[in-house]
Amino acid sequence: MDGTQQAGRARQVNENQCHMCMPLGGVIAFKGIENAMVISHGSQGCSTYMRLANVEHFNEPVDIASSGLNEKQTIYGGEANLKKAIDNVLRVYQPKVVGILTTCLSETMGEDLDRIVASYVKEHNLDGIDIIPVPTPSYSGSHTEGFWAATRAVIATYARPTEKHTRINVIVPHISPADIREIKRILCLMGIEYVLVPDYSLTLDRPYGGRYQKIPPGGTRTEDIARMPGAPVTVQFGLTCPDALSPGLFLEEKFGVPLINLPLPVGIEAMDGFIGTLQGLGCGPVPDQLALERGWLLDAMADSHKYNAEGRPVIYGEPEIVYAFTRACTENGAPPVVIASGTKNSKLAGLLVPVLSDVEDAPVLFEETDFATIDEAAALAGVNIAVGHSGGKFLTERQGIPVVRVGFPVHDRTGGQRVLSVGYTGTLAFLDRFTNTLLETKYMSYRTRIKEKMMIKEGY
Amino acid sequence: MEETCVLKTGPDACIDERQNSIASGGKNKTAIHCTDDSLAGSVSQRACVFCGARVVLNPVTDAVHLVHGPIGCATYTWDIRGSLSSGSEMYRNSFSTDMKEHDVVFGGEKKLVACIDEIVEKYHPPAIFVYATCVSGMIGDDIIAVSKAASARYGIDVIPVESSGFVSGNKVVGYRAAAEALMKLITPKDGVTIEKTRKLNFLGEYNLGGETWLVRNYLAEMGIEVNVAFTGDSSVAALKRAPGAALNIVQCTGSMHWVAANLEKEFGTPFMSVNFFGAENTADSLRRIAAFYDDPAITRRTETLIAREMERIRPVIRLYGKKLAGKRAAIYVGGAYKAVAIIRQLRELGMEIVLTGTQTGKKEEYDDISGMLDENAVIIDDANPAELEKFLLEKHVDVMAGGVKERVLAYKLGIGFVDHNHDRKECLAGFDGAVTFAHEVYVTTCSPVWKQLKRTAAPEVR
Repeated sequence: MDGTQQAGRARQVNENQCHMCMPLGGVIAFKGIENAMVISHGSQGCSTYMRLANVEHFNEPVDIASSGLNEKQTIYGGEANLKKAIDNVLRVYQPKVVGILTTCLSETMGEDLDRIVASYVKEHNLDGIDIIPVPTPSYSGSHTEGFWAATRAVIATYARPTEKHTRINVIVPHISPADIREIKRILCLMGIEYVLVPDYSLTLDRPYGGRYQKIPPGGTRTEDIARMPGAPVTVQFGLTCPDALSPGLFLEEKFGVPLINLPLPVGIEAMDGFIGTLQGLGCGPVPDQLALERGWLLDAMADSHKYNAEGRPVIYGEPEIVYAFTRACTENGAPPVVIASGTKNSKLAGLLVPVLSDVEDAPVLFEETDFATIDEAAALAGVNIAVGHSGGKFLTERQGIPVVRVGFPVHDRTGGQRVLSVGYTGTLAFLDRFTNTLLETKYMSYRTRIKEKMMIKEGY
Repeated sequence: MEETCVLKTGPDACIDERQNSIASGGKNKTAIHCTDDSLAGSVSQRACVFCGARVVLNPVTDAVHLVHGPIGCATYTWDIRGSLSSGSEMYRNSFSTDMKEHDVVFGGEKKLVACIDEIVEKYHPPAIFVYATCVSGMIGDDIIAVSKAASARYGIDVIPVESSGFVSGNKVVGYRAAAEALMKLITPKDGVTIEKTRKLNFLGEYNLGGETWLVRNYLAEMGIEVNVAFTGDSSVAALKRAPGAALNIVQCTGSMHWVAANLEKEFGTPFMSVNFFGAENTADSLRRIAAFYDDPAITRRTETLIAREMERIRPVIRLYGKKLAGKRAAIYVGGAYKAVAIIRQLRELGMEIVLTGTQTGKKEEYDDISGMLDENAVIIDDANPAELEKFLLEKHVDVMAGGVKERVLAYKLGIGFVDHNHDRKECLAGFDGAVTFAHEVYVTTCSPVWKQLKRTAAPEVR
């Protein structure tokens, strides 16, 4: 079969959500910038919800200020509130970067954020402090688009025509801090100089020790972002990133930095592709360490291929994650039977076609979907394992389908920030989690299952 | 209190306008500034009106909860309470109209109608709560009219909840929206009469970790039946029988005092405040309920129960008390009734309370809290992370009680933490709950991990 069967959602009601709101993604991107703080321009609840979602996933304090719009401001405008919010954030947090994310409310009010920010900047002496507004109305996008929009906005703010240099640009999608650390380790092993955006590998997963800082240390330095236009190339793990929000495309179109869009390096093929790309950029040979890790992964793939062949996964989450794990599962003989995203994406279906070209039964693909749809499709398709975030918990509770947790949010298990799935090592870690989940289910039930089946057959 | 919060910028910074929301304990009361909107940019821990309404109504188990707004409001409140159900699991689903740009521009009523139609066709629920959010409120979608029409069309209760988030950052306003929705649901339709019984309603109780069931068992032993809880493990049909109760006992006063007052006005049902957090509070509450029934048999059974349970748990609590005596505790929770209960419980364990704050406390409640604490203790309304961090370090806190957002901060500062929030899984009510609470305080305060953390590199005390 070639590709997936597309399934539309004619339904109006969204029952058990598979995606989050747009400013949430923006928050995470800003948290990957050094000395940044964010303000959500809307009602108090939005900031608290986004903090809660982040806190439960990252197990870290994730401070988000709010302009706290109330009834009066929704009628007369929220300018004064937003300015006061900026005042207070500057005083308490002393950031160098202030990201302002709009919400459904401030967008519906029609707040002119650019004008308000310009007027604030004019009224104050903001030496060395940048305020970056990003429109993120959730009725036009999910956290995925929010993440890309904020990343692009930050780059657009700082990028300046620069002399050519040798540091490559690396742009990551919404992945775990552990994944970012692994990508950095690989770049380092390959001897590549880079600037990675947004780097929340430390800010959203800070080690214990030292004086608590309100803005955690780490994050991409704005000076480094400023020099991105001088890079030889941008490597962006964003095959599904919409063009209008693509940070890499922005650097290419505005500054002529060639863009290489790669899939997330989950699975051996994708990871080989990443290494191949780096070699094409003229770095040295693959170091022994990576060759060993590749060998261990191949060894594991052989060891577990028969177990994995029993897997009938549903894979759900953000488009980039869904694409990456579909490839990884497929190359291990466990192609998904249901693929789903809460986000609508113009590229995902097309990208999946070649990945699934050798698969016997075409999986069904849902976009802009909910868990009511996913759960039902999983039951119909005989799914026996799920790969995705904690939103799939009812698959387990109601159908006994275990969930291998990847993506965001992981709020019902600890260590969401440490879930590692990229690189040879990360793929191996994921594969072991995947295989062992299948085995655990099997060992729990196979004796009873076979006994029941045979007893009936023999007429007992 | 002087010098609690020095105004300056930098790592110690506090916002000057917040100074009046921070006071010291003791009988000499300083009026604390409270019940106001959160200050812009202060990073309040509060949620919104919608959230307040959603958490109060969430445990109505067989109702459909339909959030009329863009996706976020529904996503973030999907199954967020640890409320348990003895029957339907419908309430654990999160329904959203998932408003898109088109709906915002042209109005979302049509989509809302379509969503209600789909839900009724698929599930035939006895009731649907339709929650307004910032956007649906702002664009003026008439959820009242849509709900009314749908009620008539399907012969079920479609109840609008007027919970537009922007009305206030204070959850209490949302509690009121939920309370009004509940009154709409339980007010008998014309021609329907609800017979009076000797049973009681249990208001402001959400069956977290089975707490409703625990108290129901105590009352059953005393010879008193629970009519329905608001809203823990309730069903639409059970809620409609609410007017038949002889008494309303009210626990979470922030969310349910208004309902109790209305039930008294409409149906003549008297009410009393109760509190089942902590052994002393539990015993006191059971005695007052028994006194209301004025029946020697009930009184006798109540005293037997209290004596037996107290005797059973006292040695256990005493054991934990020995380990915890003199440890310093901080409390930051949503409602004041909970703060008061936790203060009492921690005191019973011999601990010193050095910081107490709430998101939604009222002036009288802060007066009570203040009276329970000494002048070294800090009292704070609508705190933010910067203030919490400052006082947790300054007051050398060993353990904190609060919600998820406070937990990660406490851990980062190397401080123990007790979850006392709406998504906790443990039963903390009643006599058994008092033991569980003491155990949890002990486990976290005296955990061996702190020794390792402190050995490594403790956060500096400024």
